[in-house]
Amino acid sequence: MFQVRIHGRGGQGVVTAAELLSIAAFLEGKHAQAFPSFGSERMGAPVVSFCRLDEKEIRLREPVTAPNAVIIQDPTLLQSVDVFQGLNSDGFILINSTRTFDELGIADFVAGFPAHHVCDVGASELAMKHVGRPVPNAALLAGFAAISGQLHMDSVEDAIRQKFPGAVGEANVAAAREAYEIAAAA
Amino acid sequence: MLKQTEGSQAVAEAIALCRPEVVCAYPITPQTHIVEGVGALVKAGKIENCEFINVESEFAALSVAIGASAAGARAYTATASQGLLFMGEAVYNAAGLGLPIVMTIGNRAIGAPINIWNDHTDSMSMKDSGWIQLFAETNQEAVDLHIQAFRLAEELSCPVMVCMDGFILTHAYERIDVPSQEEVDAFLPPYDPIQVLDPVEPYSIGAMVGPEAFTEVRYLAHEKQLQALRRIPEIGAVFKDVFGRQSGGLIHSYRTEGAETIAVALGSVNGTIKEVIDGMRDDGAAVGSVSICSFRPFPLDELRAALVGAKHVVVIEKSLAPGLGGIVASNIRMALRETAVPVYTVIAGLGGRPITMNSLREVLEAAGNMRLPDVQFLDLDHGAVEREILRAKQTRRAGPTAENILRNLGHAAVAGND
Repeated sequence: MFQVRIHGRGGQGVVTAAELLSIAAFLEGKHAQAFPSFGSERMGAPVVSFCRLDEKEIRLREPVTAPNAVIIQDPTLLQSVDVFQGLNSDGFILINSTRTFDELGIADFVAGFPAHHVCDVGASELAMKHVGRPVPNAALLAGFAAISGQLHMDSVEDAIRQKFPGAVGEANVAAAREAYEIAAAA
Repeated sequence: MLKQTEGSQAVAEAIALCRPEVVCAYPITPQTHIVEGVGALVKAGKIENCEFINVESEFAALSVAIGASAAGARAYTATASQGLLFMGEAVYNAAGLGLPIVMTIGNRAIGAPINIWNDHTDSMSMKDSGWIQLFAETNQEAVDLHIQAFRLAEELSCPVMVCMDGFILTHAYERIDVPSQEEVDAFLPPYDPIQVLDPVEPYSIGAMVGPEAFTEVRYLAHEKQLQALRRIPEIGAVFKDVFGRQSGGLIHSYRTEGAETIAVALGSVNGTIKEVIDGMRDDGAAVGSVSICSFRPFPLDELRAALVGAKHVVVIEKSLAPGLGGIVASNIRMALRETAVPVYTVIAGLGGRPITMNSLREVLEAAGNMRLPDVQFLDLDHGAVEREILRAKQTRRAGPTAENILRNLGHAAVAGND
């Protein structure tokens, strides 16, 4: 089983990101279980969502405490939330940022992870460019696919189109493709 | 069709496939996405001959469902938590009048203190109202139980609650096989009521009944539940013929062959329990589990047969009877009367506290080692509780317990501070 935890803020599409991830996995014939951290969500408040991926039925219903990957939609959370809690030492980290790990103050921490397991992608900027709104989740999902190898880009694109039909979906796909290239080259 | 979707959305689609004629709901907290989804399907014209009625409260929601059902319409509503309490009088009326309404409960805690998270206190408050109560283990089973519920309700003319864990199931996005209209039509015949308010052939429903007949009417309500004990497995078998999968029934046993310790639970926690059972079996422990799907009627004989060979029965339950302990455990003891099998109560998952594999394994191992007390609160913070008891002893004006506990734990979320 591969477990993902997504950190962001209310309004950023944190829950949608986990759902998108689960749809992409489903399209590849995998079992996937996406769920939010349950609470009274407010705009701007820290929000967490989870997604489990497996080849067989997922029966477990406890929250994800030892993720294989964390996706951080808002780097300001690095200062206020222990976003890396329980992360495996060979896990994956994807951060929505154009700043270096040094500038983010996590260079020493991420140095302990395998090369290419840690990546930052300016997903909000890509979303502004292609979608016109700073909604980073489609681009981050593509970045996750690129660094983790858990998903094919084709199914990521199909999942985005399924969740956001029409022009919005195509704009998100364009953002996702650019994010995939950046993450794959990192 | 297999799809990756949210539990609530899948249930909304299942309700639509059941061709309801009246859906009434009070669409604010505590409500799930289910009636929102049904409302959208009605508005889009996807459900023929269906009226969606926005009402002014949960009491009105079920009252309108009662009226609709008495007039011969297939009626549906959904609620949770305080919403179920607010419709409480109508809950008893629907059962007392024998009206086959189907209602989803997206199980949540009951305040005070205010809590929006999952446990089973809401459904448990209505366990003896005369409704059939079916608990779904997965979102697939939630979908399937709703389809079965209409058939069961209408055959017996008895209302059915389908209980699914709030958030844990209602908000989970997973693989669900949503049936086709043809399959559901083949399984669920049109509603053929046993009583209808019809001006052409007028009679009254809901007359006053005095001591001379009230017991007899109540006896018949009990007898109807006993009929349901027979019909639930039969309907599950027909369902399997049409849809090709096992869903519903009275109980599900998991790896209970030769099990010395058996865990018993309702709802989605059974998935986590099965993972624990597999892990412990791999390590050589003789453990198994039983999931109760039908809580009302309560399958005494089936549970006795499933549990009588065990040395320890551990009931994991998401509700509490203050002053007694476990509600489900007390019912299990009834099933195991005249046997020597000890039944332990583990109160778990109250107000949304996660039930983890580690904690479950600890209590199952403790039961096997004869170290489990009669009533155990899973992952209780004993220190916090003892400090509050001591504080309350030291001063008369000790203040509100909930706020004291939060302050004690260092949480900022005291009243007024969100």
